[in-house]
Amino acid sequence: MTDTVMDSGHYGPYGGRFVPEALTRALDELDAAFHAALDDPSFGQRLDALQRDYTGRPSPLTEAVRFAEHCGGARILLKREDLNHTGSHKINNVLGQALLAQRMGKKRVIAETGAGQHGVAAATAAALLDLECTVYMGEEDTRRQALNVARMKLLGAEVVPVTTGSRTLKDAINEAMRDWVSTVERTHYLLGTVTGPAPFPQVVRHFHSVIGTETREQVLDRIGRLPDAVAACVGGGSNAIGIFSAFMDDPTVQLRGYEAGGEGIDTGRHAARFAMGAPGVLHGARTYVMQDEWGQTVPSHSISAGLDYPGVGPEHAWLHDTGRARYEPVSDDEAMQAFALLSRTEGIIPAIETAHGLAGAMRLGRELGSDAVIVVNLSGRGDKDVETAARYFGIEGAPSP
Amino acid sequence: MSALAQAFARARNENRAALIGYLPAGFPDVPTSIRLIEAMVAGGVDIVEVGLPYSDPLMDGPVIAEAADRALAQGTTTDDVLDVAAAAARTGAATVVMSYWNPIERFGLDRFAQRLAAAGGSGVITPDLTPEEGLAWRDSTDARALDRIFLVAPSSTPQRIATVVSACSGFVYAASLMGVTGARDAISGDAEGLVARVRSATDLPIAVGLGVSRGDQAASIARFADGVIVGSAFVRAVAQARDADAAIEAVGSLAAELAAGVRRRNGEVLP
Ligand SMILES: Cc1ncc(COP(=O)(O)O)c(C=O)c1O
Repeated sequence: MTDTVMDSGHYGPYGGRFVPEALTRALDELDAAFHAALDDPSFGQRLDALQRDYTGRPSPLTEAVRFAEHCGGARILLKREDLNHTGSHKINNVLGQALLAQRMGKKRVIAETGAGQHGVAAATAAALLDLECTVYMGEEDTRRQALNVARMKLLGAEVVPVTTGSRTLKDAINEAMRDWVSTVERTHYLLGTVTGPAPFPQVVRHFHSVIGTETREQVLDRIGRLPDAVAACVGGGSNAIGIFSAFMDDPTVQLRGYEAGGEGIDTGRHAARFAMGAPGVLHGARTYVMQDEWGQTVPSHSISAGLDYPGVGPEHAWLHDTGRARYEPVSDDEAMQAFALLSRTEGIIPAIETAHGLAGAMRLGRELGSDAVIVVNLSGRGDKDVETAARYFGIEGAPSP
Repeated sequence: MSALAQAFARARNENRAALIGYLPAGFPDVPTSIRLIEAMVAGGVDIVEVGLPYSDPLMDGPVIAEAADRALAQGTTTDDVLDVAAAAARTGAATVVMSYWNPIERFGLDRFAQRLAAAGGSGVITPDLTPEEGLAWRDSTDARALDRIFLVAPSSTPQRIATVVSACSGFVYAASLMGVTGARDAISGDAEGLVARVRSATDLPIAVGLGVSRGDQAASIARFADGVIVGSAFVRAVAQARDADAAIEAVGSLAAELAAGVRRRNGEVLP
């Protein structure tokens, strides 16, 4: 069960394609191009070379000894996706899809972004491969991730602030879809996580599976056995599925995902799709969705823009229902404590998204005890979050909002 | 014969295309949306499309998306939509609901079909449901003798058109262009070719929508299609009106202009 795609893009009852007919052909073409690329050794070679020489893969596995003291004594290993070029795991998917766009003869890519990490990665790949790039970003997110807006513009991308709906990631995806329906002849939608209509969840998972493949080898090499658990934060779920993918068939390895509990799941201000959502359809796939009794999407909330999304990748929905993976909410405050702790104990400032996974690992370590080995996917670095964190901790000299 | 089939047959007998008008339930509020639909029918609309406002309308341009936002902010629910559909059906016009998929799934497929049939509705247009994902929906609508309308687009391949039309009943919704809802200055050149391709795959009536806002555009589509669908132009007329009475007047006169359009071909007035 290395790939839980059952048939035509379904994961049990989840996934599938719920899209305007105008997109069916483009999705079929993407599916065909993806499978042709997998069969073409030159595609793999090109991607491998970019990952090695441009991204800087393999990313290291760092043992966090001082941080582990706060994790019930369990050993904590960090998969350092923060050290990738552009500062997060997002580049893995983006390079793969940008090469696919080239294969399909498309000269323009569009992307949605929440934290801006995917937008920056997309703008980077577009610069590298000479593609036109437009990034849709909720207006609210352009404010809290201003640094990444500037980065995208420096890289030559157009950034479109989205002012509809809740002005966050969900609305940026709506706008990107609207653009795509109108421009699909020459445009590839470079979707940034394992959500959306088939084949996107499968394509994005494939390009992130390198995280899991490397991690498995590195852990075996380091400690001579498999870890007891693998933990990751879950927005759409791409960094989590990437690291989970290599351990799906290892029943002794627990898979743990941490979603945004925001201000607390009983406040209504959170992005806890598994804790508080229900199966439904959003952005082209059936999955867990935060929705009201009428099936209207409920706006999410998280201190981290990248986890602030009312849906989740359909494969995670299936892993949840089958019990293969477990998902728990982590509140804004817990995440910020873990953020500060990793910074001070290990000299690594994580992204706030990532800090949710770290807070989860602290809980998990206490649960599993001091013999346990836990790998945490350190999905990104925290440079983009310095302003938010300075304000949160009341650090003097912090810029005012 | 279903109410939709009758509406298309009547138009065909009169040697014209049917006029299909869309308005979202609950915009600007539920009672006014009912009066607007009555005005639309009085102005000459043959088939009413009642929109179910949805939080993430990714096939809609700004005009309809903003109307949906306003309807939801007013607290419009699926129950309200069914009430509006019942009022629309009482005008005597064939009535369909247009809804994104999640609100129907959440309401319950059988329950939605049962309630819409009880309200006198004739069918449902589902812009983001593909036939492949619509197997259970087929059973629910068949059980209540409701028509199921899926979309074809200029990008649809011949095989795809065959799949979609075989899942459709009532009529086939042909999207005139690659894009979202919203008025356009010119009718897309893709529409006529698409209708010809769909025609070779089905005997069902074919209605063309997206981008149509004026009588002359309706007339040019009526040359080759069985129905002309107008949405954003009605919504815009409501959004720009200063009050409910002005909105009702604007909707009625737009309907009359379009109804004249579908009776005119190549600019010539039919007897
Ligand atoms: C560093 C980092 N981690 C995690 C995420 C969440 O995305 P996903 O769940 O797809 O990995 C983001 C998204 O912006 C991110 O920037």
